Amino acid sequence: MAEKSIQEGDLHLENLTKSFGEFTAVNSINLTIPVGSFFALLGPSGCGKTTTLRMIAGLEEPTSGRILIGDQDITYARPYRRPVNTVFQNYALFPHLTIFENVAFGLRRRGIKEVKTEVERVLKLVELPQMAGRKPNQLSGGQQQRIALARAVVNNPALLLLDEPLGALDLKLRKQMQIELKRIQIEVGLTFVHVTHDQEEAMTMADTIAVMNEGRIEQMGTPSELYDNPKTAFVANFLGQSNLIRGTIVGIDGDYRVVDLAGSKIKLPVSRSENLSGNILVGVRPEKLRLHKKGEAKSGNIFTNGKVIDVSYIGVSTQYQVELPGQLTLMVFEQNDDGLEPARKGDEVEISFEPNFTFALSGDQDIDAGSELEITE
Amino acid sequence: MAYVANAVGHNKKTSARRGRWTPYLLLMPGMFWLITFFLLPIIKLFDKATQSPGDNIGQFVQTWSFSNYWDSFWGAKAQFGRSFLFSFLATLLALLISYPLAYAIAFKSGKWKNTLLVLVVAPFYTSFILRTIAWEQILGNQGPVLGILRTLHLANSNTHITASSFAVVAGLTYNFLPFMTLPLYASLERIDPRVLEASGDLYANSWKTFFRVTFPLSSPGVLAGTLLTFIPAAGDYINADILGNPGTKMIGNVIDAHFFQTTDYPGAAALSIILMLTILILVLLYIRRFGTEELV
Ligand SMILES: Nc1ncnc2c1ncn2[C@@H]1O[C@H](COP(=O)(O)OP(=O)(O)OP(=O)(O)O)[C@@H](O)[C@H]1O
Ligand SMILES: [Mg+2]
Repeated sequence: MAEKSIQEGDLHLENLTKSFGEFTAVNSINLTIPVGSFFALLGPSGCGKTTTLRMIAGLEEPTSGRILIGDQDITYARPYRRPVNTVFQNYALFPHLTIFENVAFGLRRRGIKEVKTEVERVLKLVELPQMAGRKPNQLSGGQQQRIALARAVVNNPALLLLDEPLGALDLKLRKQMQIELKRIQIEVGLTFVHVTHDQEEAMTMADTIAVMNEGRIEQMGTPSELYDNPKTAFVANFLGQSNLIRGTIVGIDGDYRVVDLAGSKIKLPVSRSENLSGNILVGVRPEKLRLHKKGEAKSGNIFTNGKVIDVSYIGVSTQYQVELPGQLTLMVFEQNDDGLEPARKGDEVEISFEPNFTFALSGDQDIDAGSELEITE
Repeated sequence: MAYVANAVGHNKKTSARRGRWTPYLLLMPGMFWLITFFLLPIIKLFDKATQSPGDNIGQFVQTWSFSNYWDSFWGAKAQFGRSFLFSFLATLLALLISYPLAYAIAFKSGKWKNTLLVLVVAPFYTSFILRTIAWEQILGNQGPVLGILRTLHLANSNTHITASSFAVVAGLTYNFLPFMTLPLYASLERIDPRVLEASGDLYANSWKTFFRVTFPLSSPGVLAGTLLTFIPAAGDYINADILGNPGTKMIGNVIDAHFFQTTDYPGAAALSIILMLTILILVLLYIRRFGTEELV
């Protein structure tokens, strides 16, 4: 009997690397995923997410590095010996078996007795108990996705890997499934590793997100940490939208550094610009900027002599493109909650923002990293 | 605008009318073929089966002698039994040989896949009879197989392989191997490798994955391959002729003899019909037992 010794433990990836010939798909990544957490691996297409997951599942052998669950090294264990189950990107249900037998597959292989009650329990969990007798091709895409989930969850694995399981679904079903996945994760208390290239999905679902780019982990943290304190231009642009402006540190004023941005002097907290000097990138999220009529910006960091060059009204907010001296264009998102007349194209405006909302990145990066990928998505 | 709408509507109507006839037009050549080369000969066969010899040799008149069926069957019952036994054994052997081969080509061959497929089909470039004669040489008293067995002292100078049931079954197996391999390959090739990965992920080791997933998913190929081997093998007479002895004759040899040696056309026709119907019934039973519609 190929019984996996089910054991609890954090998942550790140590210098995990995978090369295909000359090409390095996953480049020495280090991660620790705590038991019971909902972990998201986020990154653009081709960055190595699936390859990482396949190595954890045992479907791909690492070129170097180690994979551990707790203190048990599973780097080279056969897939069927790992306490890991996968929800495949394309579902990969067994076409010749009924839904019941699909879900029962893992239980039967392990010789577990209570097949019927267990299968019925998880079919209820994914709200498809009436489908037990059908074949996979008689189910809709969303239903197949839920069965794929049930087939994995029923085994109570220490670790559940989900490879873009919602990729094929339409927006509405996707939102619904996101909530459902989160509910199931909390209900069964398993560790989920969820791969996605949808930053919104990662932000709403995960406790911890690792942003991957070209085979490396760019940054890891809670959604708000990543959003408020991106450490690279790639993360700033890939996770939500950012205004990034090249500038130079010119001085210090108490807890703030003074930065010259194309002639305007602004302040940013020392605590958010440690280890930086000279040329830097200053970032601020578009919704943190405030738009004012000419001469009305009073406090915080201020840009004057702006001109609205584009306005798009999108219901809850209005998005402005504001041109500033020094060939600078900033995005400003204003909530439509103040009942005031929105600015119009061509209006002369000023922009203000809190110094504490400003983050700083080292100046040697590509200012557009991660953003063009977002647009082609 | 109205003009355009009109034109479109018109177009639709004519294409719909043409569409209705297209299937029949496409069926025409096939129907013609079937009627000329299948239906008419079958009718002729039934007609011949109940005739009796006329005044001149080689001339027959219709006498509705249905006893021809029973008489010819009873006279060849041993060969009948042998035909089905041999073709059953050959089908089984071909399956056992072809499955690993097809599996290896489908999953393990990498860039050699096409080369291997060509090699599987390569024997078809030489004549069926020549290949069978070649087998006679291979298994013959001066052939390499006995030579090797003799040097290994597994056979002595009195051991013969040809002119035996074994040789006939071996010949049948060999000759119909591609008919088994190709459908098996086609169905294995179609299996989504990710489904096999899912099986491994769900605690099935390689053997369990094979018996629970790979083999069931390849069953359309098993069904097609066994039928494509069994049916022609049951009617074959070349192998028994070249590789067998008088005691290993199959039904094909009897029909052949009726036609060309004793000029008993009604007997040959009756045997052909019995063979055909027996195969048909066996195949239907087999498909009912093992064929499932959703697998095809
Ligand atoms: N078997 C393989 N042989 C060669 N290169 C491969 C192989 N598998 C993956 N790659 C390459 O490794 C890189 C990472 O692939 P991977 O499938 O992990 O991307 P991903 O992050 O999952 O992308 P996506 O979001 O599009 O699914 C890609 O550039 C891909 O071309
Ligand atoms: Mg992928």
